[in-house]
Amino acid sequence: MPITYTSNEQVEVYRFSIPVTIGIPLLALFVQAFLPLRFPRFAVYIDLPLLVTIFFAMARRSPIAGLFTGAAIGLAQDMLGHNPIGIYGIANTVVGYGASSLGVKLDVENAGARFLVTLGFYLVHSAVYFTIAHGMVNMTQTWSWSRGILAGLANAVLGVALFFLLDKFKQRT
Amino acid sequence: MESVLGRYRNLIILVGVLFLQVLGLATQVKRGGATSNVESTRLIRVWAVGAITPFERALVWGQNSADTLWHNYFYLRGVRAENRQLKDQIEQMRLDQVRLSEDAAQARRLQTLVAFKEQFISRTVAAQVIGSSGSDLSRTIYIDKGENAGIQRDMAVMTADGIVGKVLIVYPSVSQVLLISDQSSGVGALLEKTRLQGVLRGTANGEVVLERVMSDEQVPVGETLLTSGGDQIFPKGLPIGTVTQVSNGKDLFLNIKIKPAANLSKLEEVLVLVEKQERQATADDGVRVRAVDILAQRLPSVPDKPPTATPAVGANPSAPNNLVDPAVKPAGKPAIKPETKPAAKSASATADGSAGKPAQTPAASTGAGPASDPSQAPSAPPASIQPSAHESSPQ
Repeated sequence: MPITYTSNEQVEVYRFSIPVTIGIPLLALFVQAFLPLRFPRFAVYIDLPLLVTIFFAMARRSPIAGLFTGAAIGLAQDMLGHNPIGIYGIANTVVGYGASSLGVKLDVENAGARFLVTLGFYLVHSAVYFTIAHGMVNMTQTWSWSRGILAGLANAVLGVALFFLLDKFKQRT
Repeated sequence: MESVLGRYRNLIILVGVLFLQVLGLATQVKRGGATSNVESTRLIRVWAVGAITPFERALVWGQNSADTLWHNYFYLRGVRAENRQLKDQIEQMRLDQVRLSEDAAQARRLQTLVAFKEQFISRTVAAQVIGSSGSDLSRTIYIDKGENAGIQRDMAVMTADGIVGKVLIVYPSVSQVLLISDQSSGVGALLEKTRLQGVLRGTANGEVVLERVMSDEQVPVGETLLTSGGDQIFPKGLPIGTVTQVSNGKDLFLNIKIKPAANLSKLEEVLVLVEKQERQATADDGVRVRAVDILAQRLPSVPDKPPTATPAVGANPSAPNNLVDPAVKPAGKPAIKPETKPAAKSASATADGSAGKPAQTPAASTGAGPASDPSQAPSAPPASIQPSAHESSPQ
């Protein structure tokens, strides 16, 4: 699987228009909130706001932009639920920072790299969420490797397709 | 120092952002309880809800319009057969209703004796489900009615099948509903036959369980679970679901899994209980309709005679055509009684479902209309009791 280690000079940095920067995360939140009404298992296995966070973070390749993107999307996701605000916020902040830091060092333009990165960050996200929810908010949670990996694979497959779609909105700096 | 800050700038900002979020989270946790968390952050949540729900509302509206167009104008196959089937069903249900109303009247009389206070659902608001939280760790839905429709926090939400949850946050035109399958939800529950009480809770994986039932109790699988009314949110007696699995749990309590009566994963329309009344039970002394009366409507009879043509019974009791049937009831009561021998037999036979052609009632066969009874003279019996011949052909 071609994950190439590149120098900073070789890595392209992208930016996005304001409508895309605001509209895509909002659309992801909307779809995430709406589809479970028709497909109840959707919310169990798919996390669209997380995929959007990973995409923007990797494309911008700026850890600060990545962590703020993650924080904003995560906090918005928290606001739609009834749990304390900040659980998704913290998890997505970590993922946004990590994905953009990785994007600086690795070429994550090809499908294989994107698949692995998405799978890895889904598990990181789940672990951070579980830790916060269980340790800090005292929510009853059960960690399941099988469910985590299954959901990670589902997100990774969807992520590869989604990222190629979102590539259309990239603008070279 | 500056070089260190510059070198670790990203990491410092990350730690700073995380610290702020942890601080905010800790503040919310310290305030405690799902409801107070939600209330303390209400203003912030309004932004997200305000940004997302208009699109959801529009999409649901569009979807419903398309469904309506398809089902009401294009896809009408089988409607005639369904209509016939529903009419038969209504007949059957009317018979059942008579029997149940007798039982209910008896129960009310007993409740009156013990000065029982009962809760009534006096007003509900129908609402459309337009969205969810989008997370399996927060089992909430959004409905398209809010403060403007009179909805308030902690109101019960249900469907025709059973309870759904309670209103958690109310916005002007949208409300968030906490489902009974959420782990922070709790509902007072009562098993229908064994009358055991417990607390209904959701679990992390979305199941619904009944807690606080001692392990030495016998709970049969398939038993219906109702609301107990103890939570002051749901009135007593609303269906919750059925017991699907019973096993021994921790701390001397049974682990009872419940299948909710309402399909929580595919909710489209719900009812919000906006008003409930508590009043003293009163016995109903009104006119009761009996099963045999309903059956009698389906029996053939002759049409009404005009009142003017009927001789005054009291004036000439010896008139040859004045066949006063002792079983004919007073005004307002149906003209046929089960004691009336020939009709009663045939009616009972029909009610039992046994074969037998319904015979004409004495009143019908003799031609004695209700006006032949002095007690009925001023008013004709209800039209429904004497259907015209073409309406009353036995089915």
